[in-house]
Amino acid sequence: MNTNILKIQNLDASIEKKQILKNFNLEIKENEIHVIMGPNGSGKSTFSKILAGHPSYSVNSGTIEFCNKNLLSMAPEIRSHEGLFLAFQYPLEISGLSNYDFLRLAYNEKQKYFKEKELDPLEFMELAQELLKELKIKDEFLTRNLNEGFSGGEKKRNEILQMLLICPKLIILDEIDSGLDIDALKIICENIIKKKVKNSSLIVITHYPRILKYLEPTYIHIMIDGKLIKRGNSELIEELELKGYEAFN
Amino acid sequence: MNNVSNESNSNFELKEFINQNYKYGFQTYIEKEIFPKGLNENIIKVLSKKKNEPKFLRRFRLNSYKKWKYMKFPKWSNLSIPQVDFNEIIYYSIPKQKKEINSLDEVDPEILKTFEKLGISLSEQKKLSNVAVDAVFDSISIATTYKEKLAKSGVIFCSISEAIQHYPKLIEKFLGMVVSSGDNFFASLNSAVFSDGSFCYIPKNTLCPLELSTYFRINDKDAGQFERTLIIAEKNSFVSYLEGCTAPQYDENQLHAAVVELIAFENATIKYSTIQNWYSGNYEGIGGIFNFVTKRALCIGEKSLVSWTQVETGSAITWKYPSCILVGNSSSGEFYSIALTNNYQQADTGTKMLHLGQKSKSKIISKGISCKYSKNSYRGLVKIGQNALYSRNFSQCDSFLVGSFSVACTYPYLDIWNSSSIVEHEAKISKISEEQLFYLTQRGITVEQAISLLINGFCKDVLTMLPMEFAIEADKLLSLKLEGTIG
Repeated sequence: MNTNILKIQNLDASIEKKQILKNFNLEIKENEIHVIMGPNGSGKSTFSKILAGHPSYSVNSGTIEFCNKNLLSMAPEIRSHEGLFLAFQYPLEISGLSNYDFLRLAYNEKQKYFKEKELDPLEFMELAQELLKELKIKDEFLTRNLNEGFSGGEKKRNEILQMLLICPKLIILDEIDSGLDIDALKIICENIIKKKVKNSSLIVITHYPRILKYLEPTYIHIMIDGKLIKRGNSELIEELELKGYEAFN
Repeated sequence: MNNVSNESNSNFELKEFINQNYKYGFQTYIEKEIFPKGLNENIIKVLSKKKNEPKFLRRFRLNSYKKWKYMKFPKWSNLSIPQVDFNEIIYYSIPKQKKEINSLDEVDPEILKTFEKLGISLSEQKKLSNVAVDAVFDSISIATTYKEKLAKSGVIFCSISEAIQHYPKLIEKFLGMVVSSGDNFFASLNSAVFSDGSFCYIPKNTLCPLELSTYFRINDKDAGQFERTLIIAEKNSFVSYLEGCTAPQYDENQLHAAVVELIAFENATIKYSTIQNWYSGNYEGIGGIFNFVTKRALCIGEKSLVSWTQVETGSAITWKYPSCILVGNSSSGEFYSIALTNNYQQADTGTKMLHLGQKSKSKIISKGISCKYSKNSYRGLVKIGQNALYSRNFSQCDSFLVGSFSVACTYPYLDIWNSSSIVEHEAKISKISEEQLFYLTQRGITVEQAISLLINGFCKDVLTMLPMEFAIEADKLLSLKLEGTIG
């Protein structure tokens, strides 16, 4: 049997006393791809932030086990080291910080955490260039400031680049398809599937079913009002396209 | 498991991981020779006599004192300055020593140890390989390294007291030329009682072969430090100079009132960098240095260039406007500044660019960072005179706020008297965003590192202007100063 990656039980979470997640349950095993769909404001993006440990949200009750460890007791950077990766819907721009320095720091911090070898700038350049080639990104990408002045598509590619670099166990893609044209989406999806680190799992948060053409989801969940109310397979999409979210309410 | 709070939250909260102690806050216990507290004509006469000064200098001091007596403490800045009792200050304090010090062996080993501890080694074996250092302790210069090597290329680098003895003609000609004895309250006070500082003279067609630097140390609790520095760059010469400053941690405030004058002749370049890390007071705002400084450059020759770079992280109060008077045609002035204030520090700093020559250029890049309860102001004047045709100025003043109680202000004054010149001004104010921090921590970077990356990114344009040897130092200093500022 596949091992458990994520196990969320009866999770209640809120921001400034406003409840966001209610009695939320989810189990994800190795290699599974879970798609979460839902109308605007259903709490999909918030859910991803809570998993990653965003400081604005508080967890009121419930548990999250991540690879059999208590995720809630970990600081955000530890969650990252332990293998939780969130690809942001809107990656942040940081001026004066070169993409290259940032990527190397992120990589080396994880290496340090696991007491593995950290790479010097030259060694890291080799590794980075290899990944750039796979993602069909130009080298000058590295010398620009982190996400500053990047187009929507470039930002998303940069997220994927970071993901490949960090080799996470659980990847959360928050609306990765927004701001991407079809060709870029295809490259990224194929890369995600092909290059996906061995035995890692995926949570795909999306509005649009088009991304599902490139992925083979294990389960599709429908999220409404802070709760996963239905779980199914690709047939659920057809039902959804036909009837809309209203029908599930 | 019920009612679990998201424990990782604590990571972002005001994390008082013991406000990193000021690394240079130690005191050196030495026998010292001091003047009685207070200021009057007699004190000045004794000081001048003690230093065996020529008549012109004694006159200069006494004249300055007369002017100062009628001047008022300036109130126009955005600073709340507690009453300073100028009669409670000791104006001259030096370590007790033999009359003439001929070699380093004769210097009190305690003092050498002090500089050693500050990372400034004066001994022949360990001195920095490409930087000549003048070390000033309270009111006196202790030693200057590489003097002989510099002398070979004609460069004079010594303490100002020594220059007064050996090169009185140069001093008489240039002292007070850029900052007159009646310029302002602190400049007049300094002109009356200045004790030591550095003197650099770069002759014609000379590239100064080493970085020159002065290290200022205040040790005495009750003494003021009145630094006086004069740099002259003759035609076609180049010099890069850096000053560093530290002081022990006392509950009382000490006064540092400096005057720095730079003169650049035709086609000469002076790069002047400061890393100011005076003791800034504790987290409640008790103690710290009052830093009142007048720094001004005269770009007198055609195509001369003066570039000021400052990293101001210390002092309880900073009042400082390194300026350029651009007299020569096509002369340039530059001002690059990072001012970081934390706890209850106050800074009112900026520059004046006075364009008199045609096609003169100036560039101002100021980065202010305010943390906790501190107040950080940029104050700058760009004046383009009637005859300064086709002149240009570019100013960029950015402020960065950390926490919810800090204050940032910008006071840019533009005074343009001809229509052929171009002046640009940009200003930006930003705040550390929680989303940026979250993004970086999600990639495995700690909050402290993340803040330091954000601040560094913010300051990058200025940090790159520092000489290589000191850029890394400044970088570390900023990170250190930022610890415990997360709100």
